[in-house]
Amino acid sequence: MSDDVTPRPRGSFYPRRRDDWHPPALAPRYRSSTLRAPRRALISIPQGWGEITGPVFGQNMLGELDNDLLRNFARPGESPIGERIIVHGRVLDQDARPVPGVLVEIWQANAGGRYRHKKDGYTAPLDPNFAGLGRTVTDAEGHYEFRTIRPGPYPWPNGPNDWRPSHIHFSLFGSGFAQRLITQMYFEGDPLIERCPIVNTIPDPAAVDMLVARLDMNASLPMDALAWRFDIVLRGRRSTYFENRPEGN
Amino acid sequence: MANEPEYLDETPSQTAGPYVHIGTVPNFLGIEGVYAEDLGARMLDEHTKGERITITGRVLDGVGAPLRDAIVEIWQPDAAGLFPSPEERRGAADPHFTGWGRSACDFDTGLFRFATIRPGRVPLPDGRLQAPHVNFWIAARGVNIALHTRMYFPDEAAANAEDPILARLMAEGRGETLIAEKTDEGFHFEIRLQGHRETVFFDV
Ligand SMILES: [Fe+3]
Repeated sequence: MSDDVTPRPRGSFYPRRRDDWHPPALAPRYRSSTLRAPRRALISIPQGWGEITGPVFGQNMLGELDNDLLRNFARPGESPIGERIIVHGRVLDQDARPVPGVLVEIWQANAGGRYRHKKDGYTAPLDPNFAGLGRTVTDAEGHYEFRTIRPGPYPWPNGPNDWRPSHIHFSLFGSGFAQRLITQMYFEGDPLIERCPIVNTIPDPAAVDMLVARLDMNASLPMDALAWRFDIVLRGRRSTYFENRPEGN
Repeated sequence: MANEPEYLDETPSQTAGPYVHIGTVPNFLGIEGVYAEDLGARMLDEHTKGERITITGRVLDGVGAPLRDAIVEIWQPDAAGLFPSPEERRGAADPHFTGWGRSACDFDTGLFRFATIRPGRVPLPDGRLQAPHVNFWIAARGVNIALHTRMYFPDEAAANAEDPILARLMAEGRGETLIAEKTDEGFHFEIRLQGHRETVFFDV
């Protein structure tokens, strides 16, 4: 298949900066990590077909309201309580190329900081018109967009008085399974960000800054919704398969 | 630096937290009517080629308690060793196989479960054949960056012995942590996050 029509053969992914960029497995200020962090070093293995390939998700699997959290659970004629927002951005790789076809799944608390989840016992009430989940697939330029409400902060059992900043959870699939990423988006200006033990599992302030969405007045809808811009970078790939060894050898 | 080639850092990981089910398996959680079905719940149809198998397992923490809030995903080739992905260049995989499954751990027992097929063998980039294996990915509260590991089969002794990655781990005394147990129902894979039998996790 040396004459295939894909624009660029794509190989293994750039190594992950696990030591000084991603959070370490063990971060004792985030208490849950103490019994759940592997204690032994990860084992490096060569990336093969199982790592550079990944499942594919097309736009055709999406429902019309999947990226509209204002409407995908609300009763007819009603909508959720809270600040109406647009969250949008681009998914790029480390070479700043857009990544199309990325499945983006999100979940979040409602405006009061309460999740629609059987294990969430926070006093704030559920919103009958809000489920807090959405998904979309990036377009040819790597763009995605959601409509939702701004989630509220919430307290959680960790230190004596820890609160999560307002945040939206993101799950992403790139084109290879080794690009799989789960992260969280925060809101510029939130004073709880710097106080959060989960945010602070990340060692480098520049890395935290990548998770902070910016207010984007240009994309806001007058008399309707403010917009927040959150760009996401997935691992880049080398330009050839398996370095200098062509497929089939 | 206008003349520097642009190179971006990867977006850093954050834990999936305890409420990952809302976004990934809402129907399993009981949020119905938003998505028709949970993604990754079905890997097969009646035309899928290969030996049907069931994989169950648990993810155990440092005191041996099963995680009841984790999400586990698998990614594997078809019976011929081909991945159902646009990035697969060796041939066309079985169109009746997704290769990808997602299972939440049971809220009571911690068990995850996949109905799949026995995977074919896949060569390493240098051409050496690997033993049949299933790639695992685990996300959960308390896991700051999701974990990659592999499950091998207990009834593939000959292939396991010549698998370069498994052989290296066996020599280091850790390979057994990647070999599932045979059960009446299929295969069972215990993933231990800590302890003297801590599962091998990979930097891929
Ligand atoms: Fe949260």
